[in-house]
Amino acid sequence: MSLPQPKDPVESVKAALPTAVLDVTAFRGDTTLVVAPEQIVAVCKYLRDTPGLVYNFLSDISAVDYYPEYNRPGRFGVVYHLLSMLYKRRITLKTYVQEEEPVLDSVVSVWPAANWLEREIIDMMGIDFNGNPDKRRVLMPADWNGHPHRRDYPLGYETIMFSFNVEEIMKHKPKATE
Amino acid sequence: MTLMTPDKSQENQQPTQWEGSLEELKGLVSERAFTGETMLLNMGPHHPSTHGVLRVLLELDGEEIINLLPDVGFLHTGIEKNIEHKQYEKGVTLTDRMDYLAPMNNNFSFCLAIEKLVDLDVPERAQIMRVICLELTRINSHLVWLGTHALDMGAMSVFLYAFIQREKILRMFEMISGQRLMTSYMRPGGVWRDFTDEFYTALDSFLSVFPSKVDEFQRLLTNNPLWIDRTQGIGIIEPETALAWGVSGPSLRGSGVNWDLRKAMPYSGYEQYEFTVPLGEHGDVYDRFYIRILEMYESVKIIQQALKKLPRKGPFRSENRKFVPPPRAELGRSMEAVIHHFKLWTEGFSAPDDEVYVAVESPRGELSVYLHGTGGTKPRRVHFKTPSFMHIAAMPVMSKGHFIADLVAIIGSIDIVLGDCDR
Amino acid sequence: MGVVSSKLGNLGVVTTTLDQVFNWGRNGAMWPLLFGLACCAIEMMATQASDYDMSRFGMELNRASPRQSDLMIVAGRVTRKMAPVVRQLYDQMPYPKYVVSMGDCASCSGVYNNYALVQGVDEIVPVDVYVAGCPPRPEQLIHGIMTLHEKVRGESIRNWAS
Ligand code: SF4
Repeated sequence: MSLPQPKDPVESVKAALPTAVLDVTAFRGDTTLVVAPEQIVAVCKYLRDTPGLVYNFLSDISAVDYYPEYNRPGRFGVVYHLLSMLYKRRITLKTYVQEEEPVLDSVVSVWPAANWLEREIIDMMGIDFNGNPDKRRVLMPADWNGHPHRRDYPLGYETIMFSFNVEEIMKHKPKATE
Repeated sequence: MTLMTPDKSQENQQPTQWEGSLEELKGLVSERAFTGETMLLNMGPHHPSTHGVLRVLLELDGEEIINLLPDVGFLHTGIEKNIEHKQYEKGVTLTDRMDYLAPMNNNFSFCLAIEKLVDLDVPERAQIMRVICLELTRINSHLVWLGTHALDMGAMSVFLYAFIQREKILRMFEMISGQRLMTSYMRPGGVWRDFTDEFYTALDSFLSVFPSKVDEFQRLLTNNPLWIDRTQGIGIIEPETALAWGVSGPSLRGSGVNWDLRKAMPYSGYEQYEFTVPLGEHGDVYDRFYIRILEMYESVKIIQQALKKLPRKGPFRSENRKFVPPPRAELGRSMEAVIHHFKLWTEGFSAPDDEVYVAVESPRGELSVYLHGTGGTKPRRVHFKTPSFMHIAAMPVMSKGHFIADLVAIIGSIDIVLGDCDR
Repeated sequence: MGVVSSKLGNLGVVTTTLDQVFNWGRNGAMWPLLFGLACCAIEMMATQASDYDMSRFGMELNRASPRQSDLMIVAGRVTRKMAPVVRQLYDQMPYPKYVVSMGDCASCSGVYNNYALVQGVDEIVPVDVYVAGCPPRPEQLIHGIMTLHEKVRGESIRNWAS
């Protein structure tokens, strides 16, 4: 059985879904397609199912917050890393999500693996995914406030104990003998 | 202390109730759970065989698992967020503590990402040294997995034998890095220090006996009828399902998919080594077990080839002083070295405001790092896609329809590390 | 220790204090709770495995149930999600109970000073011995347990009844 000739992913996506690709960037040999947010599911389906592309494995979905600088088209970027095992190559899809309405369509219908990766983003970044079957928090406790991986969420720390504040700190620690 | 009187803290405690409502489980468990026909049972997070702090909510019909909802996050440490507040090189220390059975692999993946982001070269010799460490870590991790997996299924002695071998590897790590577990040995641009002479001696003697020790483990388990009974035909996952669920590493190869990043998309000079990728057929617990056993032999082979290629003297870290601090001996001699040293340890190096993605084959599967710089000295975002996270997500697929006792075998066979999953 | 040597002397009668016998018994068979949280648990496993062999100190029995154990070795980082569970396990242990906080994370959250971790397990349970290190070597853990034994030896049964 011979493999179909590999196609150039950028050109074929541009030809098939002309409105989907907003930009193409390359950095250190990686190609990134900037995709319109409403088209993300269509692009993913196309990349998975077209002979010559067959990006059959979803490696990662991650989200990045451009908070203090706002130097990109949206506050959040959601990044999909796809892998084609047949042709041994990767491609990155990126969409920008606005701060006011952080919602995207879920790609669970394309890869079930996206389920938990999206849940993690819902939990840690506060970007909602339409159509994700399970939107409970995955890493943080269910009653947690806020989304820790946003850049405006403080890292949080404890006052370090020195001899001048030792009594104050020891006050709230439980004792063995009561 | 009050021995004779009842515990005061328990007195006014309400009986513990399951917090959260059934409502939020709508669509996740079957309808029969709401009528009380099936039972919802909680397992973990404190349970001897969940390999850490995994909690699963089981929906049971008698002993049969109808549905299974894993609940993770009991070890969520905020490592990704913490790295965002650290300079690049200092972040390496935190990556150790993610997948604590394979610390070198985590270091390596993060260093690889940094090197790609700032375009830093790694000397040939350092790459070979890295391969030796990575494969030792793989053996190390598989040994813990073997011990605990067998222990879960009632074979105590394998655990003791496996840990004897593991101690040897930990001693070797201590010789090169000064730490047994959290080595932080890989640094951007190479490794921290050169191998010591005693390391070579210890490695040689380890490699000469280790394959026979794996034979020993095999004699205890591979053809053991009890072991076969408990593992064959359990936790089957079809290749297509495994791919769709993002399963990778030995768990994917157990289903017969020939995919190993070391072979398919080589990094750090893996294309120069001869090794085979063991494949399973059925995708059950036994195949996943057997593949990891065979992988230990392959790792030994890789280390032997690497040792042959490794010159005993030579550079072990890049000479690019914009990113790599000079060795201590130079500080007394050169003013420039002092400046670089000061700059790199106070401010750190800057990386462009762009993103890179690298993936490596960790003992558990595909570990990938997404790194986004800010243009400054600290990253904007680091994200680790860890194999355990994906495998736990795929656990429901493997375990539906099995008995609750088999769940222990399934959890063991996908080799999860909760630190890896929760980060 | 008075008990053993007097037995060997074939004297027939042993005189000792109740405290001594009692504490000797408790030291000789202190059952830890099988409780691993993170990386430190791997070193704890190594301590129990062949090379370091914690059973030399009467600790080969790791009970998975808190109701059967006297000692909780908090091995690893305690997250805010896990904290209620740790406290509940502690409450379920029968008196007298001891806690060893193993590793920097359990003692003061170590390298992670952030939102996700409880900054030291002593915020939620009282700790008897802190073992430093990230992770502590098995020898260090054994030393921590020896220190705990010393503490137990100094206790008196009289104080319990009150
Ligand atoms: S002290 Fe270190 S080894 Fe122990 S749990 Fe914390 S990070 Fe892991």
